[in-house]
Amino acid sequence: MSTQGYGNPQSAVNNYSMSSAQNGGGAATVPCQNGPGQAYPAMYPPSSYYSSAPPAGYPTMTGHSAPPAGKIPVSGTDYSGNYYQNSSGPSLYPAAPGSQTAAHPYSTSNAPVPSLQQAAPYAMPAGYYGQPYSQPSHGQTHAQPQQMQPSLVPASSSNNLGAPLYPIVSYPSAPGSSQYGTLRSSQTGIGQPPVSTVMPPPPTQSSLQQYSQGKGATPTPAHPGYGAPPLSQTPTVNGQSNAVQQHYDQNLVNPMGHHYSGAPPTSTGPNTERTPSGTPGASVHSSPGHHQGLLYADRGVNNAVSSAAGDHSSSSSDHEEEDEEDEEAGGDSSSTTTGSASPVPNSYESLEGGGYQDLAAPPAGVPNKQAPPFGYNYPTMHPGYQQSPAPRPDSSPAHGGYNPSGYQPYSQPFPSLNELSSALGGLSGVPELEMETLRPLNLLQERNILPPKQASPPEPNLSSDLRKVNCSPDTFRCTLTNIPQTQALLNKARLPLGLLLHPFRDLTQLPVITSNTIVRCRSCRTYINPFVSFLDQRRWKCNLCYRVNDVPDEFMYNPVTRSYGEPHKRPEVQNSTVEFIASSDYMLRPPQPAVYLFVLDVSHNAVESGYLNVFCQSLLDNLDKLPGDTRTRIGFVTFDSTIHFYNLQEGLSQPQMLVVSDIEDVFIPTHDSLLVNLKESKELVKDLLNALPGMFSQTRETQSALGPALQAAYKLMCPTGGRVSVFQTQLPTLGAGLLQSREDPNLRSSTKTVQHLAPATDFYKKLALDCSGQQIGVDLFLLSSQYSDLASLACVSKYSAGSVFYYPSFHHIHNTAQRQKLQRDLQRYLSRKIGFEAVMRIRCTKGLSIHTFHGNFFVRSTDLLSLANVNPDSGFAVQMSIEESLADTSLACFQAALLYTSSKGKRRIRVHTLCLPVVSQLSEVFAGADIQAITCLLANMAIDRSVSSSLSDARDALVNAVVDCLSAYRANGSNIQPSGLIAPAALRLFPLYVLALLKQKALRTGTSTRLDERVFSMCEFKSQPLHQIMRMVHPDLYRIDNMTEQGALHLNDSVVPQPPLLQLTAEKLTREGAFLMDCGSVMYLWVGKCCNEMFIRDVMGFPNYASLPSSMTEIPELQTTYSERTRAFISWLLESRTFHPAFHVVKDDAPAKSSFFQHLVEDRTESAFSYYEFLLHVQQQMSK
Amino acid sequence: MFTFAAFCYMLSLVLCASLIFFAIWHITAFDELQADFKVPIDQGNPLHARERLRNIERICCLLRKQNWHSAVAKNCPVLPQLKLVLPEYSIHVLFCIMFLCAQEWLTVGLNIPLLFYNTWRYFHSPTDTKELLYDPASVMNGDTLKFCQKEAWCKMSFFVLSFFYYLYCMIYTLVTS
Repeated sequence: MSTQGYGNPQSAVNNYSMSSAQNGGGAATVPCQNGPGQAYPAMYPPSSYYSSAPPAGYPTMTGHSAPPAGKIPVSGTDYSGNYYQNSSGPSLYPAAPGSQTAAHPYSTSNAPVPSLQQAAPYAMPAGYYGQPYSQPSHGQTHAQPQQMQPSLVPASSSNNLGAPLYPIVSYPSAPGSSQYGTLRSSQTGIGQPPVSTVMPPPPTQSSLQQYSQGKGATPTPAHPGYGAPPLSQTPTVNGQSNAVQQHYDQNLVNPMGHHYSGAPPTSTGPNTERTPSGTPGASVHSSPGHHQGLLYADRGVNNAVSSAAGDHSSSSSDHEEEDEEDEEAGGDSSSTTTGSASPVPNSYESLEGGGYQDLAAPPAGVPNKQAPPFGYNYPTMHPGYQQSPAPRPDSSPAHGGYNPSGYQPYSQPFPSLNELSSALGGLSGVPELEMETLRPLNLLQERNILPPKQASPPEPNLSSDLRKVNCSPDTFRCTLTNIPQTQALLNKARLPLGLLLHPFRDLTQLPVITSNTIVRCRSCRTYINPFVSFLDQRRWKCNLCYRVNDVPDEFMYNPVTRSYGEPHKRPEVQNSTVEFIASSDYMLRPPQPAVYLFVLDVSHNAVESGYLNVFCQSLLDNLDKLPGDTRTRIGFVTFDSTIHFYNLQEGLSQPQMLVVSDIEDVFIPTHDSLLVNLKESKELVKDLLNALPGMFSQTRETQSALGPALQAAYKLMCPTGGRVSVFQTQLPTLGAGLLQSREDPNLRSSTKTVQHLAPATDFYKKLALDCSGQQIGVDLFLLSSQYSDLASLACVSKYSAGSVFYYPSFHHIHNTAQRQKLQRDLQRYLSRKIGFEAVMRIRCTKGLSIHTFHGNFFVRSTDLLSLANVNPDSGFAVQMSIEESLADTSLACFQAALLYTSSKGKRRIRVHTLCLPVVSQLSEVFAGADIQAITCLLANMAIDRSVSSSLSDARDALVNAVVDCLSAYRANGSNIQPSGLIAPAALRLFPLYVLALLKQKALRTGTSTRLDERVFSMCEFKSQPLHQIMRMVHPDLYRIDNMTEQGALHLNDSVVPQPPLLQLTAEKLTREGAFLMDCGSVMYLWVGKCCNEMFIRDVMGFPNYASLPSSMTEIPELQTTYSERTRAFISWLLESRTFHPAFHVVKDDAPAKSSFFQHLVEDRTESAFSYYEFLLHVQQQMSK
Repeated sequence: MFTFAAFCYMLSLVLCASLIFFAIWHITAFDELQADFKVPIDQGNPLHARERLRNIERICCLLRKQNWHSAVAKNCPVLPQLKLVLPEYSIHVLFCIMFLCAQEWLTVGLNIPLLFYNTWRYFHSPTDTKELLYDPASVMNGDTLKFCQKEAWCKMSFFVLSFFYYLYCMIYTLVTS
């Protein structure tokens, strides 16, 4: 590892900067803040910078070196070591690599404490720290913000919570201090980038940001004279510190937040006192809101940068005033950025300076070094630094600034386009953010490129008010968070431009608006959204087509505040995700009722598998949870070689079965009693469900007439529309749509072409189109142990906007994992939200056009998707091109509007709006790349390609995507060493993800893969939301036999340990351990042969490894600490997931382990590259 | 003197006019598909969805290569003569054969690329069943639609140009002989 680190000086530096920031914080503040700094690198740096920083933090490299030494003794523990590495790393790049070991330092809270004590003199810094840190030890910090620091530190350390917290915090960073740092930075994306060049200023901002957060909760603008000068100084320092903070935020925030919650009393105490300290309180607040914290941090960086550029005095206040500064200082900052235009050099400077600044407590030394790189800021900075008091003022001013800034954005409800654009321009001018994501990495030498935690999507480089209201990345993501100005620029970057949507996902908070007039642009019909500009009270300008529209009278009244004349405060303009209840204009026929039809295979094969029992029981359990109102209707059709209808008319004593044996020309025996009102006929339905499994138990019919049954379902549903759920267990063998087996088992592991990925007949597609026209959605459950030609059958769901579920080798007794999965899936499927007769339209800013859609739907118009049913678990992807130059705008907006009928019969429109900056530089495009979104979009494109062309074509295209992109980056960056495989930090996971894609069931060759499983995997790629896809592509691997409370989340009353993510290689597995792999729809718990017996006993409930059964599908609920911890962790992983994954316990010697090992994508297999080989392959391709 | 070549050119003039008509029909059909989104509220209407789907299928059906009896076909009031693809292709094949017989090598050379393209198009259907030249499920994807329109425009311009070329050649052969 260390060698790798060495190999990349830059990377080392970067890490360095991150770590250094921490270190710097520690070092600079070492005296006071070290403790905190270490524990909360982010926090410290800022604070230290501000307050104490002036003296120590800024010192140049020399200063750093000095402080580290001091620290070392102080910390004595690993901590110091880490610091040194980190801090030294910055100064000495080589040292940085060592940081991995350093990572641990965090864990050691001891070092911090001592440092804190030393820091005592730097009361001010402590205050800062206190804020950031304060979360745990707010009370203390609050008491005496400035001087408190010393006390705070001890307090924090003394606090039980605090101590663990620190370790926790540090933990994330700790794992690979250098690598992690980079990773984190990458996660933060924009926010971190600033670290590189402009970082110095950002730090202050970051600190400010944190403050702002805190303030947000309890704004206390009590910071009279924050020496502007200090600010300037702080900025440089801050930049570094920011990076750190960001890291912290991500990692730490959670722990912090929990802690806070845990120790409310202290926090309250601090609040009162906070006003003076200001920051502490803020920090507390910030901690609770992880996301906010992150966002803020990012913003803070931006702001900081800008502020740094701007006047020092202003900067001081500005730092905290993120929003304003962004906009106002944008110009200045941009200038600074331009000055540091060359990212790499800047990064170096910033890294050096930043790292030093942060860590280097010695003010004098730091200033010197820093000053040179940062030029502009330094002068001001220096004074600030020199003035020890200044730091405090800074912090306080920052607060003051903060509050105002925070308010101001609101106060300026109608930012004109010009303002916005100028703000954006300023932002875009700030390269600092991008610096981190642009930092070149030699992939061949970077071993640990995985972030320690789930990576968060990159933040668009927007002003904070826009960012605040922007659409959640869970709902709406763009592959490039910086939209290139022209198609030529996009082509140069060789990255796909597209959107990933999860429009109907379950939301906990959704503003619902009932209004007679839904305000829309008269020309492009865009719904009013937060990114429109109000020219005055009566007119608004559409942000997609730029037409000026009138504000209707009704819109002048704000129902939320019950005030008149504030159209900009309406919820539509305050939220980027809103739902309208549509008026009657939006429907020409009354909204359809919820209608559910279940089409069940009852052939011998189906009865044998026993799915009927599971289905009937699940439906009985969930009958009351079916979404709907009093009009809800339900019906059943079963089929083998004939088709059976069930008359459930109210009043009958028992269900009546009607058999139609003419499958050539299917007719409906009776029209009015087959689909019955659920409420009125509930008893009959229950009778039927109870009787159904037994009715066919003796059947000898092996044929399956699926096609005719679907036609019957279509006819039955025609008048109303609704949802058809089809359960099929074998290849359809009778009537229309019959299929032949096309799979040749000998070709399953062929390395060449894979055939029969396309449907064998278009019967199912045509039927699906008919269904789509009648608003019928068809969901397919395939429970088959043999080839069933899913490629053909899936079409019926694909074009009718249904979903496909596949349970290979389903058997209710012999395959308990599948049975449990079916039960859980049905539970979710039956009770989940549903929207009927839906259409989704995606609009984008003039100049952008959507050209290809991916997902399950029928494309009805060039921007309109027809969705017969819409469910909360399906995702969509679209590809876009840039048809006209976007040079005259600085923002690109995308709006997805989903019009649907709810199960209660209400016509509703859910609108999501995403706003992204437009950039003109190739490096900015790379900096904004969202690698997860890119991977998902590429997967969709590759699957289309493999069906329309061939699998090998698709695989080549994927590899070429990486090669092209990295070549483009190399061609763009003149400052990059020629050797090695260089990628910007934002794209460092690109080769890994593409390699993982190539090893997916859908796209792999050479490994035995059943055709149906391959096709199902393809279906999932096309229809799953991004997070689910990413877990499939690159599962999360954790070691769980030695989880500790370190870094754990404290949720409610449970403790959720946070083991670090491991790379997917067998190298990370040990026989002594137990590892959990989370693949989205499947979870594996791999237990090594020599696994700790205590783990097996306490968690698995068996005395030793040998007694473990080979097919466990769940973890028993034992009353041991470790079992509770493990289950808490697993349930935490499952928390946000709608479908419960299947769970497999895999013993090291079990045959099932191959299914586990196939997910270790970094390892070599017989037919596929290892990660390193793949990199070499890419490099070779690039040199051609 | 009235040669066989002159006759070929005269005949091709007439047929070329019909090809231009086909091309124009293509263009209008795709325009119709693309221009649907002008009435936004109507699009949310389920009834409209059905009509729209039929329209798309109708257009795709009109361009289909073979007869096909299916539920979809029944929904389309397709007249046999409206299957535009086969007539278009066969007329073009006829051109090539005529000019080949008349030994008008340059003209044949000009038509050969389109002949190959048509053949390729005919045997490489974007749909799964080799029946349709256009896939109703994907024809509305922006790039597919754009490709279709571009194809139609290119064909039309090619036919218009060749129309004048045939006119010139006809006069030339008549005059020189």
